[in-house]
Formats: sequence, structure tokens, C-alpha cells
Amino acid sequence: MPADITADIAALATGFALTPEIFLALAAMALLLGGVFAEKTSAPAVTALSIAALIAAGALVTLAEPGVRTAFGGAVIDDAFARMMKLLTLAASAFSLLLSVDYLKRENIFKFEFPVLVLLSTVGMMLMISANDLITLYMGFELQSLALYVIAAFHRDNVRSSEAGLKYFVLGALSSGMLLYGCSLVYGAAGSTSFPAIAAAASGDPLPIGLVFGLVFVVAGMAFKVSAVPFHMWTPDVYEGAPAPVTAFFSAAPKVAAMALFTRVVIDAFPNAADEWRQIVIAVAVGSMALGAFAAIGQRNIKRLMAYSSIGNVGFALIGLAVGTAEGVRGLIVYMAIYLAMTLGAFACVIAMRRDGRALESTEDLAGLSRSQPATAFIMAMLMVSLAGIPPLAGFFAKLYVFQAAIDAKMFWLAVFGVVMSVVAAYYYLRIAAIMYFYEPAPNLDPMARSIRFVFVLAGAFVLLFVAAPAPLIDSADYAARSLFPAP
Amino acid sequence: MADWPILSTVTFLPLLGAALILALRGDDADSRRNARWIALWTTLITFAVSLYLLAGFDPTSAKYQFVEKHPWIGEAISYHMGVDGISLPFVILTTFLMPLCILASWTAIETRVKEYMIAFLVLETLMIGVFCALDLIIFYLFFEGVLIPMFIIIGVWGGKRRIYASFKFFLYTLLGSVLMLLAIMYMYGQAGTTDIPTLAAFKFSPEAQFWLWLAFFASFAVKMPMWPVHTWLPDAHVEAPTAGSVILAGILLKMGGYGFLRFSLPMFPLASADFAPLVFALSVIAIIYTSIVAFAQEDIKKLIAYSSVAHMGFVTMGIFAANMQGVQGGVFQMLSHGVVSGALFLAVGVIYDRMHTRDIEAYGGLADRMPLYAAVFMVFTMANVGLPGTSGFVGEFLTLLGAYRANTWVALFATLGIILSAVYALYLYRSVIFGKLEKANLQSIADLTPREIAVMAPLVILTIALGFYPAPVLDFMAPSVQQLIANYDAALAAAGKSVYAAR
Repeated sequence: MPADITADIAALATGFALTPEIFLALAAMALLLGGVFAEKTSAPAVTALSIAALIAAGALVTLAEPGVRTAFGGAVIDDAFARMMKLLTLAASAFSLLLSVDYLKRENIFKFEFPVLVLLSTVGMMLMISANDLITLYMGFELQSLALYVIAAFHRDNVRSSEAGLKYFVLGALSSGMLLYGCSLVYGAAGSTSFPAIAAAASGDPLPIGLVFGLVFVVAGMAFKVSAVPFHMWTPDVYEGAPAPVTAFFSAAPKVAAMALFTRVVIDAFPNAADEWRQIVIAVAVGSMALGAFAAIGQRNIKRLMAYSSIGNVGFALIGLAVGTAEGVRGLIVYMAIYLAMTLGAFACVIAMRRDGRALESTEDLAGLSRSQPATAFIMAMLMVSLAGIPPLAGFFAKLYVFQAAIDAKMFWLAVFGVVMSVVAAYYYLRIAAIMYFYEPAPNLDPMARSIRFVFVLAGAFVLLFVAAPAPLIDSADYAARSLFPAP
Repeated sequence: MADWPILSTVTFLPLLGAALILALRGDDADSRRNARWIALWTTLITFAVSLYLLAGFDPTSAKYQFVEKHPWIGEAISYHMGVDGISLPFVILTTFLMPLCILASWTAIETRVKEYMIAFLVLETLMIGVFCALDLIIFYLFFEGVLIPMFIIIGVWGGKRRIYASFKFFLYTLLGSVLMLLAIMYMYGQAGTTDIPTLAAFKFSPEAQFWLWLAFFASFAVKMPMWPVHTWLPDAHVEAPTAGSVILAGILLKMGGYGFLRFSLPMFPLASADFAPLVFALSVIAIIYTSIVAFAQEDIKKLIAYSSVAHMGFVTMGIFAANMQGVQGGVFQMLSHGVVSGALFLAVGVIYDRMHTRDIEAYGGLADRMPLYAAVFMVFTMANVGLPGTSGFVGEFLTLLGAYRANTWVALFATLGIILSAVYALYLYRSVIFGKLEKANLQSIADLTPREIAVMAPLVILTIALGFYPAPVLDFMAPSVQQLIANYDAALAAAGKSVYAAR
């Protein structure tokens, strides 16, 4: 019966937990095949189709029926939190692809493998977000990471890019090892790899010592992925060495996915061990905020500066996780969503920084941009001020909600430390704005390519106009966060 | 007309002007002229609308008027605007000073005129918003947002050390304010709303009040600025362009005092009473110490900047005396200082535009060449000293009266400040205006132009009018102040504290 088939397909599209991932994986494989056949000329078409596939996957995520679903015997879970974070990841990937086109063309590395690798790593991220089992967790993790290692070294004739890829790979493998070791300890102590079973096992007092050890290693592995102190060492070097659009991608999509996974693991698998993981998360958050604030002050390379900025921002977002309540997770989601727009916007400017076709990376190259390109300078300045968390720009609301959660949970010292660090960090963000506005002009920069300008203006509009209607994002983040905390 | 959102109109009208200027193309003389005229007309129309506000205001009521309330983020945080007898005068002061600032920058600003005018118009929107906001989060948005255009104004059109000054200004005030932000969140957690009238009626526990008061104090004391966190002010003032200094001294400093009145006293009455001695001590130190420091300055703007700190000391003293005279005097002193110090900075701007130096040494004997200027400067100098008959006297006298009722010693020491202010103000006046006109480059200095007269005249008239007949302003705010004091005394009485030992 045709009608039944349509109904079945509709049910599969909206009622199965893993539909978007399967669709995206198939799309990536099809594009890979197509790309190989057409070889040299296929890059633009593959990129366009990849963006279309990401949008289609986003539509599938949006269309999914509300509620919680599991699949494969509970190995993956699809709830409101997962859907929200998947949407953010997909958006980040799509915008990063859009940002990459012009850059890759100019550097003569515009190959069809790039969008395919981005798609595959996005599939990995979505699996991470949906993971409800240690095996799924690790699988998603590795699928994501392997693709990332390759694109870090995508500019293979460039020494720094190769170095970045290698460094990322070696340190990433180390962190994967730690994570895997932690997983095996947890499995040994809990007797199961599924999160609900671990949660059930991790409820005694005192906790089985194997679980505690496992938890520490798992958290360390994830702290590496979100580049939180003290597992941040790879970040500045990889950010600096990798091609600029890859750096933009690194600072956006994997961060969101890893944060989502981090949240999922500690909230879903260790809900009753909150005291154990909270102290680690607080220490990691405090360290990240401090390092992100102080270490960036001396940076003159804008990609390194953004690397430290991302470390600091992860620290702020982790405050939300450290609180560990629905409010805290809401703050984390709002933070990551707004951070995404700010970091992609800022990187759009970094990617477009060229003089006579040569890519630039020094902050001083932006000097006097407000005279030669007033609109660009204005948007970039607003993005920087927003990153500093100054109202009425979007970045303020990001900080508002994590600090709000911390205050509500009576974690006053963490909040006070956080705001003081945000003032320290404000210095280097303002410095970028000051260079563009107060300094004597450097020679003119090349005009921005249209695809980059599109992302840039969109991000600028977002940070400027967010204040007019903050409610939709905050409400949906609220809804998503509550899905992690079943009503008592 | 009754439902027309007039407060939002006043607040966001300048943004409209900024959008118009943004739409101007090119950077030739024509577009610069257009930018100036658009900015002037926008500020004038805003002033006119704010006068309409004044006409429609019922000064016999202590209630918030022209209230607008729309849900914003959920039910708890709403777009809530309204003015009472305390905030409306500050709105008028803002809209009154803005056209003068635009006029004062007419020829002084030649580079990037469009950006300059846009920055000022955005600044005006944010400043009006601060005084109209009746929701803490909305208030904070405006309060902090002010930093962005001011940072740009100091950094782009400032003097030699402008970059240092702009960073110091921004980071100093930001650090104070973020602590207030945390306090706001705590209050939200406790009361479940950020609505200011609701919070004013909410009873915070004495222990919570202690910390909340300190957090708000951190922000407002820096903004005010109070000794010893005043050091950003002289730098910012010296480096800022003339109109920037006017706005800094005229409006931005008043946000601190306004904050004490709107938040510290009504919401944390017990902590305010406990901390009043601290505020008194800091105020008296500010009055005496910064007056002496002002005397030692070689830069005219720096001298006026330090005198601002001293005058703000009277304001904080009056506010925390927490009686009718003190609070009314504090508000009046802020309004008067807004006019007078703004006018003094404009007067410095007049000679700076001609000679491009602010060294006191570089001037002398200007009375010969600029008789009109000498007369105008005289009026403002006397108002700064607090001579009876000028607006400065009324504010200082009332705050001293209020302080005398609260604590005699405080009043005694603070009165020394009036003598000291005469010392530095007269020293400045003598060095710049009197003496022999010996310096060669001063021989050809010209007196006030018609444009400058147009800027100065309203300020002179206002200074003297308020000095001779302050009653309308005082009556205007009386019901609101009365209610503030009544609630404050009631809260203290309920907690079993004597209102004041000396009273």
C-alpha cells in the first residue's frame, strides 16, 4: 500500500532516534563517491551539496517528534537536549564550510575531500551528543577526531599545518587513551557500559573506587576535547598552524559537541556522584577562565589570541556545568549558542585578513581598519565587545545565564572569580577594537569575499540585535536543559 | 495620546538620528555638515519631547509615571520604564546638555564627524535609558552599555594619552559594575523578579543586605567617583574631547548618585544605615583631600576633574544623611554640578580650541582680550565655589544641613571643603583671566563667537536662576524624596534601629 509506505517513511524520518545521523553519513559517502568520479572539478559542487546535506539534517532534527527515544538497545538517545545541541553543531559546520570556500581557493587547496571530512566529523559529533553508552561515546569521539586530525593538516605543503595536524593527532591519541582507560575502569566497576546502568551503580556512598578513578579519567579525556586547562596545551599551536577556516571550525562545532557530551556523561551517567565530579569541573573551569584571561593578553597573533579566548570561554561555559542544575545546563546551552555566533563571526574576519592576496595573522594588521573599512571594523569591534560580555550585546546574556545559575546554587566565589576574570579578558578583546579604531591605519586590507561577508554580517547582526528578542533562544535552551532532568 | 509610549520615544529618538547619519554617504564637507545638523536637530527634538514629558508629569505624586511594561524574557524580566520626581530631572538634564555638546563640537571635531555624532547619539539613548529603566536588568544594560560609546569617544577623539585613558575608564568601571551584576542575580534568585518597584518593597535579610549593599557600592562608588576609586576620572577627563568631558561630568557621574538613591537606600535600608559612617568618612576625605589635590594641578581640566570628585563628596554625604534636606540637596547638587561642571569644561574647551593647550601656565590676562568670556567664566567659577545666588550654593548648603542633622562632625569637616574650593577655583580664575596679558600668542585671541554664546547663555541663565529660585526643582522632587525617606525610616524602625542617634 503506497499510503502505508509513505506513513512508514514519515515515521522513520521523524520517529527514529538516529535518522539525521544516518542521513548525513549516507550523504557524506555519496558525496565522497561523486567527488572521486569527478575528481578535479568537483570541489565547489561537493561543498554546496554538503551544506545542503547539513541543512537537510538540521531539518530532520527539527522535524523529529518531541519526546525521548532510544535506539540500538539504548546505546543512543534522542531527547530535546540532543536535538538542540545537534542543531547548533550542524549550524556551526555549515557556516564553517561557507567560510572555507574562498580561503581554500586562494591557498590552492580547494579539494572535495574537505567538505566530506567536515561532514564525517559532524556525524561523529552528532553521535557524541546522542551517546547513551560508553561504546557509542567512544565511537562518536573517534569518528569526529580522525576527521579533525586530517583537516588540521589539510594544507599539507605547509609546515605549520602539518605540524598542527601531527601535534593534534599525538595529543588527541593520548587523550583518547585516557578516555578509553577511564571507560574500562567504569565498566569494570559498574558492570555495564550503558549510562543508566552506570548511574545505578554509581549511587552508593562511598562510591566504588574504580568508578571514581574511571570518572576522573573520562573527565580528563573530555576536558582535552573542550580544551580546558590543564589539558589545553595543544590549542594555541593547533589553532595557529591549521588553515584559518579549519581553526574556525575547531573553535565552534567540536566545542559544542564535546560540551554536550561532557554534560551528558556527568549528568546522565554520574547523577549521584555530583560531589565527585563537581570539584573537578570547578577546578577546570577556574583554571580555564584564568589562563584564557591572562595568557591572551600577550598574544600578537590573532589566531593564538582566539585560541586562548576559546579556552577562557570554555571555562565560563563550564561554570554552568559545575552548577549541575537544569538552570546551569540552560546557561551552558545559551552560552555555547551565543559563543558559536561570536567565534564564527570573529573568525570570518580573521579568515578574510589578507593584503595583496597574502594571508595575515597579526593583530597589528588590523590597525586603522575603521577608516578603510568602517563597516567591517564596526562589526568586528562589536563581536569583540560582545566576547568581553558587555551589554547590550549578545555575549552579555551568555555570561548572565551561567553566573545566574552559579549564584542560585550559592556558588558565590566561583561567580565572583568568573566576573573578575571576564574583566581581565575584556582588556584583550578591547585591544582589538582599540587597534582598529585608535591606531594609525596600516596599509589597506583586501576586501572580504562575499561568502565570508555573509557569515560575518549575520554574526554581527546576531550579537547586536539579540537584545531585542532574547526569549526564543533562552526558552528553547530551558526546554532542552529540562529534558536532562526528569521531573521528580 | 495617552497610550503613546513617550518614554521609549525620548529614549530611542536619538538612535533614529544615529541611523539617519549612518545612511549618509561619503566623507566630504557636505556630509560632515549634514551629520552635524542631523545630530543637532535630533537632540533638540529629543529635548522638546522631554519638555513635553515635564509638562505632563504630575509633581504632586510620588508614583512612577508614563509607565510602560512589556514582557521581555519570561514574566520575571520585563521591559519596564517609568520616571518619578527623582529620575525625571536627570532625564531633562541629559536632553538639555546634549544639544550643547553637539554645538560645542561643531568646529572642534573635524575628523570622522559622522562616527562622532553617532557615538554621541547612541550615548544619549543609553543615558536616558539608565534614568528611565524600572527593571534591574534593563537598567544594567543601559548602565554598562554607556561604556562602549564613551570608550570610542575618548579613544578616537581624545588627547595624547587617550588610549591609556580609555582603557582605564572602561576596565575600572567595568570591574565595579560586574560585582553589581552578581548582586542583581542574587536579588533575582531571592525575589524572583528584577522589577525595581517590587524589589524596593521586598525585604532582604540583614545579612544579604550587607553583601548586596557592598556590591552595589562597588559599582556606584567607582562611577560617582568616590575617594579612593576616583583615579580614572582625572585621566578620562583630561584626555576626552570637550563634549566628552561635559557628558562625563554632567551625566555619567550622576548615574552613581542616582543608583544610590534608586537602589541602595530603598532596597538595603539596614545596610545603608550601617554603612553610612563609612560613606561619610569617604565623602569627607574626598571633599578635603581632592580639593587640596585640585589646587596642585597644572592642567585646567585636571583641576576641574578633581573639583568634581570633591563636589560628588557632598552628594554622597547628603544622600546617606538620609533625611529630607540631605537627599534633596544631594539631587540638587548633582543637577547643579551637571550644569556647572559641564559649563566649566565647555569654557575650557573655548580657550583650548584657540590655543590647543590646557596648561594653566600658558594663559593669563585673558580679561583684556575676552571680556565676555571672563564674565561667563566668572559665573561658573563662583557657582563651583558655591557662592550664594548660584545653583552651587543651594546644593552644598542643603547637603551640609542634612549632614549636620545626621552627624555634626561630618558637617564641620565638609564645610572646610567650601573654603578649599574657593582656594583652587579663585586660583584658577586669577591665573587664567587676570594678570598681565604678556604671552605673545595670546595677543590675538578672540572673544566668544555667536555659536559659543549660544552654548553658554542657557547655562549661565540656568545657573543663576536655580541659585535664586530653587523652589520649583525642590518641590518637583519633594513627594518622591519624601516617600523614599518615609520607607527608609519605616524599614529602620521595623528592624528596631534608631533612625539616627543624633536626631
